[in-house]
Amino acid sequence: MNRIDERFAELKAQGRRALIPYITAGDPAPRYTVGFMHALVEAGADVIELGVPFSDPMADGPVIQKACERALKHGVRLTHLFEMVREFRQRDDQTPIVLMGYLNPIERIGLEAFAEQAAAAGVDGVLTVDMPPEEADEFGPILKQQGLASIFLVAPTTSQERAATICAHGEGYLYYVALKGVTGAATLNAADVAEHLAPLRGLTDLPLCVGFGIRDGASAAEVGKVADGVIVGSALVNRIAEHAERPEAIAGELKAILGEMRQALDALPAH
Amino acid sequence: MSKFSDLTRLPDARGHFGPYGGRFVSETLSFALDDLEKTYMRLREDPGFQAEFDYDLAHYVGRPSPLYHAERWSKQLGGAQIWLKREDLNHTGAHKVNNTIGQALLAKMSGKPRVIAETGAGQHGVATATVAARLGLKCEVYMGAEDVQRQKLNVYRMRLLGANVIAVESGTRTLKDAMNEALRDWVTNVDDTFYIIGTVAGPHPYPMLVRDFNAVVGREARRQSLEEFGKLPDALIACVGGGSNAMGLFYPFVEDDDVAMYGVEAGGDGVETGRHAAPLASNAPRGVLHGNRTYLMSDEGGQVADTHSISAGLDYPGVGPEHALWKDVGRVQYVAANDDAVLEAFRELTRVEGIMPALESAHALAHAKVLAPTLRPDQNIVVNLSGRGDKDIMTVAKIDGLEF
Repeated sequence: MNRIDERFAELKAQGRRALIPYITAGDPAPRYTVGFMHALVEAGADVIELGVPFSDPMADGPVIQKACERALKHGVRLTHLFEMVREFRQRDDQTPIVLMGYLNPIERIGLEAFAEQAAAAGVDGVLTVDMPPEEADEFGPILKQQGLASIFLVAPTTSQERAATICAHGEGYLYYVALKGVTGAATLNAADVAEHLAPLRGLTDLPLCVGFGIRDGASAAEVGKVADGVIVGSALVNRIAEHAERPEAIAGELKAILGEMRQALDALPAH
Repeated sequence: MSKFSDLTRLPDARGHFGPYGGRFVSETLSFALDDLEKTYMRLREDPGFQAEFDYDLAHYVGRPSPLYHAERWSKQLGGAQIWLKREDLNHTGAHKVNNTIGQALLAKMSGKPRVIAETGAGQHGVATATVAARLGLKCEVYMGAEDVQRQKLNVYRMRLLGANVIAVESGTRTLKDAMNEALRDWVTNVDDTFYIIGTVAGPHPYPMLVRDFNAVVGREARRQSLEEFGKLPDALIACVGGGSNAMGLFYPFVEDDDVAMYGVEAGGDGVETGRHAAPLASNAPRGVLHGNRTYLMSDEGGQVADTHSISAGLDYPGVGPEHALWKDVGRVQYVAANDDAVLEAFRELTRVEGIMPALESAHALAHAKVLAPTLRPDQNIVVNLSGRGDKDIMTVAKIDGLEF
C-alpha cells in the first residue's frame, strides 16, 4: 500500500480531514526546503505537495509564479527535488509526498527516468497540472509500475462524463479545484463546493480534497465540513515571500498558519 | 498518389499530429475546448458559416490577395522567378486577419461578449481588436512588456480600436508570457470569454482551426500559380514563428509531392550562438507548452529557454505541432535566417520592388535569396509576404541610429 492510501485510511478511521500544504521546492533557496517540510509535518500536515518550479506556470497566479522565479534563480530542477525528498525521508518515512508541477520538466528527463528516480527518492504521487487523463495513456502506467499515484484535478467546469473518466484514472486522492481561476485568486464559496462534491461521491471512493482559495482556519473549516481534505498553497507561499529576506523566520510562520488550520479542522465533528 | 496523403487527415480525434499536438491544459479549460471543438466541427461543414466567412474575407479583408511577380528582384538574384503572395495587402496588413475573422464568427455563434488574445508583434492583436470593434465585443490583448516597447505603433492602433492592451511583466516579457497570461485570464473568465489564439499552436482544436482559416492563402496561391505561370510552383517559402502563415500557404499543397516547401525560422544571432528562436531548425528537444507537444527550446531541466529575434512576431520558443510532424516526415525543410540577413532582405525588397515587408516576412525573403540562384529562370518560387513593414520602421530606424 502506498503511503498516500495508508494515510487516508488512518484519517478515515479517525474521522479526521487531511491537511495538505503546498510549497514550491527551492523557494526562497534550496537549502531551506527540507526544513520547511519537517515544520509542516510538525504543524499537522498529512500529505505534502512539493511544487516543481517551472518557467511558465500557466495555471498559477502571481504568488506561485514568483515562488517559481525565486527557486529558478537558484537553478532548482527535478534532480534537486529528488535529493530534497531523499533527505526528508531520513527523518520522516511516514508522510506522503506528492510532486506537483507541469509536464515539460518531466518530459525533458524522460517519463521512465523520472518515475524511477522519484520512486527511489521516496515520492508517493505525482500531480501534473497540464496533463489531463486523456493525455496520460503513456505516463499513467509508467508511474503505476513504480508504485506512484497519478493524482488528477476536477474543476467546477468538469462535466459528469469527464468526471467519470477522471475518477477511473485517479489514484491517491482527487484534487477538486474550488475556483475558476488561477492559484491564489479569490475566496471560495463553500456552498458551491459542496454542490460540486456531492455527485463525485457517487463516482469514486477516492478521498475528495479541495484546493484553491483556502487561506486560513475559517475557510479550511468551511471546506472541511464537506471535503475529505483541504489543500493550501498560496497562503503559505505568501508567507515565504514576505520573509524571503529573513528565511530563518519562515518555518515558524508556516507552522503558525498551518497549525491554525489543523486546529480548525480537528474541531469539526468526526466525518 | 502522393506520399503525403495521410498528412491531410490529421489531427486525429484527440488533436494529435503523430506524437505532437494534443490538449495539455489544466482541467478547468477542458470543457471550453470540448465545446469549441464541437461547435467548430459542426460549423466547418455548415455552408452558411462558410459563406459568411468567405463574404467577410472578400468584402472586409479584401481577398483574394494578389500573387505578384517580383520581376526585377528575380532578375537581380539571377535564378528562379519569385512570386509574392501579398498578404501584406489585407485589411490590417497581415495574414493574421484571416484567422481572426473566422474565430470572431465562432465567438459570435457562441454568444460570448468578450474576446481575449495574445500578441507578439501586435499584428494578431490588431487583427483581433479590429474584428472585436466590428462585432461590438469587449477585447483585451495580452502583450509582453518588451514587445509593447518595440511595437508601440501597434499598441496605439489596438487602443484606437477600443481594445485594452495589457503589458505582461512576467517571465521573459515576450510572446510566450503573453500567452501564459491569456490562458490565466481564460481560465478565470471562461464563462463569458472567447480566446482567439493567433497561431497554429495551443491546445486542440486551435492548431486545426487556425490552419483551416488560413488555408485560404494556399488555395488562392495554388489557383493563381496555375493562372499566372500555368503550373504549380517549384517551391514555397514562408516564415515560421508559431507557423500560421506558413501553414496557411503550405497546407493546400501538402499532397503535391513536387512542390518543395521551406519554413524559415528566426535565426537571431545565429543558431550556433544559442541566441535564436528556431526550435525546428536547431533540433530542439520535444516538449510541452501552451497546451501542445512540439519541438520546444528548453534547458536540461525542462525550463523554457529565452529566445532571441529581431522580429517580435517570431520570438517564440515553440512551434505549431503540425509543423513538428512535417519536419519529422520530411514534407517541409525548416531552416533559419539570421537577423542580419533578414535586415538585408528587408532593405532589398523595399528598394528593388517598392514593397516594405514585415521583419517576420523578411525571414522568408532572406531564404528566397539563398534558394532562387540555385534554380533555373523557368522555375517558380512563391514566397508568402505575410505582412507589411510599417510597424517595423522604428525598429529599423533604431538600427540605423535614428530616433523619432
